[in-house]
Amino acid sequence: MSLLQLQGLSKQFGDTKIIRDVNLEIQPGEKHAIIGPNGAGKSTLFHLISGRYHVSSGSILFKGTPIHNRSPFEITRLGLARSFQVTNIFPLLSVFENVRCALLWSMGYRYSFWQLLGKAQALNDRTEALLDEIGLHARRNLPAGELAYAEQRALELGIAIASGAEMILLDEPVAGMSHTEATNAVALIRKVTAGKTLIMVEHDMNIVFDMADRISVLVYGEIIASDIPSKIRGNPRVQEAYLGEVVPGGSDA
Amino acid sequence: MFKFAVWIIFAIVIVLLPQFFTSLLSVSILNQMAIAIVFALSYNMLLGQGGMLSFGHAVYFGLGGFMAVHALLGIEDGDYFFSVTLIPLVGGLFGLLAALFIGSFSTHKAGTVFAMISLGVGELIAASSLILVSFFGGEAGVSGDRTYGPTFFGYDFAQDIQVYYLAAAWMFIATLAMYLFTQTPAGRMANAVRDNPERAEFIGYSARRVRLISFVMSGFFAGIAGGLFAVNYEILTEQNLNAVTSGNVLLMAYIGGLGFFIGPIIGAVVLTLMNSVLSHYTTLWMLYLGIMFVLTVMFLPNGLTGFLMMHRTPWHLGKIRLLIKPYIVTSIPGAVFALSLVAMVEMAHSSEAEFVFLGASFNSSGIVSWGVLIAIALGSFIALRRSLPALREAWAQANAIDSGEQK
Repeated sequence: MSLLQLQGLSKQFGDTKIIRDVNLEIQPGEKHAIIGPNGAGKSTLFHLISGRYHVSSGSILFKGTPIHNRSPFEITRLGLARSFQVTNIFPLLSVFENVRCALLWSMGYRYSFWQLLGKAQALNDRTEALLDEIGLHARRNLPAGELAYAEQRALELGIAIASGAEMILLDEPVAGMSHTEATNAVALIRKVTAGKTLIMVEHDMNIVFDMADRISVLVYGEIIASDIPSKIRGNPRVQEAYLGEVVPGGSDA
Repeated sequence: MFKFAVWIIFAIVIVLLPQFFTSLLSVSILNQMAIAIVFALSYNMLLGQGGMLSFGHAVYFGLGGFMAVHALLGIEDGDYFFSVTLIPLVGGLFGLLAALFIGSFSTHKAGTVFAMISLGVGELIAASSLILVSFFGGEAGVSGDRTYGPTFFGYDFAQDIQVYYLAAAWMFIATLAMYLFTQTPAGRMANAVRDNPERAEFIGYSARRVRLISFVMSGFFAGIAGGLFAVNYEILTEQNLNAVTSGNVLLMAYIGGLGFFIGPIIGAVVLTLMNSVLSHYTTLWMLYLGIMFVLTVMFLPNGLTGFLMMHRTPWHLGKIRLLIKPYIVTSIPGAVFALSLVAMVEMAHSSEAEFVFLGASFNSSGIVSWGVLIAIALGSFIALRRSLPALREAWAQANAIDSGEQK
């Protein structure tokens, strides 16, 4: 059974249709990339899946459970985590606290006000291990807002994977990075998402074709192609979209 | 175990304080401080730790206090039989209930929405307290007597010093509990929601629920402070839950420093002192308090504690002595300038012909007196301005990691 199913998904703001009748199935363990020109609705699609936006019509099933129009925290608890295109961390908390907070729910602490974090050995060990993994151990006591950009991106990723989610949505994880930083970031993403299901939005085609098992092309809110990388590369409609020729996004009103 | 030692020292200090400050006035000030510390710390659970700006925190203090006075009356009438030492808990539980009810709709959003609801609820409760006479006692308020009920190891709380030990014990427990709360998952998530409520939802937490927990906790401890107030003063009036009290606790927390656990404690101590000591000397003390608040907001956004903490780096670098001389050089004209302004304000306010300030006698309508004061103010202001570059230079040097490369 597919891990995530989008069925006839649409989203409109006022009269503007941003997502039009999207159908997509993601299999467990798949690394799926969503590409498309600016303004195609890639981020909106992520916001719909992760609960930031309500859907206009259609449904989203995660592990067979409908998750559309549920709160982000409910969706996260089911095992679907995400990162953000614009860095979205806890700027005044230390790097260590950022990661520890992200681990809390999945480790069963919920809203506890009767347990002391200092005594939570397993939690603190996991935090340290995760800090090691994302390469921020040396920065652990710094307020997260003071990290360099690439480090904030690494922390962003760390917060997303901390919950141990089965499926992770990454929204442009290497945007704004230098070539070296991006190479390191890709290596990090590979390492920390090994064995997990991944959907990523990314503009860097080298990274996309390198990492993805399957690629979906989103143009004007519609998926015009969804296939393995070699077939996407040869698809005339995709080439047309990327050469700048305006592809009318279908004829639905 | 450094932290453990800090708490032990804190306990010793509060036990020993009345040995050094024995007069009735100082014991009464100490009692006020204990109450103010609990109240200000409870306020900071909202603003400093949870990012919720409340203009109506006196509601929980006052409602807890009124309930506590009614409990005192109940003990007096023989309806209940328990020790007065437990009265603050009555206040706390009532504050908790009130916060649970009001928080259930006010904590949906932080920011302006929360601030406006807190203001509205504060006004509503303060206004209805004058109408609902049976519970709030109208303008006269409700008074009780703390000396009834079973004695507590021989203490009947007839004297203020006995109340001090009661208040100090509750203050210590409440402070410890509020500190420990910051070290729990719910307490830490309150910080996370303050920083970024949206991301908190994407790591599995409902921002609303996190806020509500902080809010209810805060109401509980504000209620305890109200209960202590009831035991100390044996009377509660509308003043204890109106906007003035709400504003006062905001000032304490802010001037002390929102970003530090100890900040509101320092703010509560300093403001209680100013309140009691300054009001002895001048009727204009509220004016000075307001100016102090504005100056804090402008120049010390992290409050008095933040100012002290700025010296950590020079201290660790062993360069704190570099600052001593510039501080003295700046503070002398600074103090003269401030005092000359105060003298002018007081003189303008004075209704008598002869105005005495710090031993100097002035003619409050004489041109010479005004001229002298203005000259002193101008002169000290120029001296203050001139001393600032040296202070900045010294500050930069004291914070420089490698002193060799400094110009």
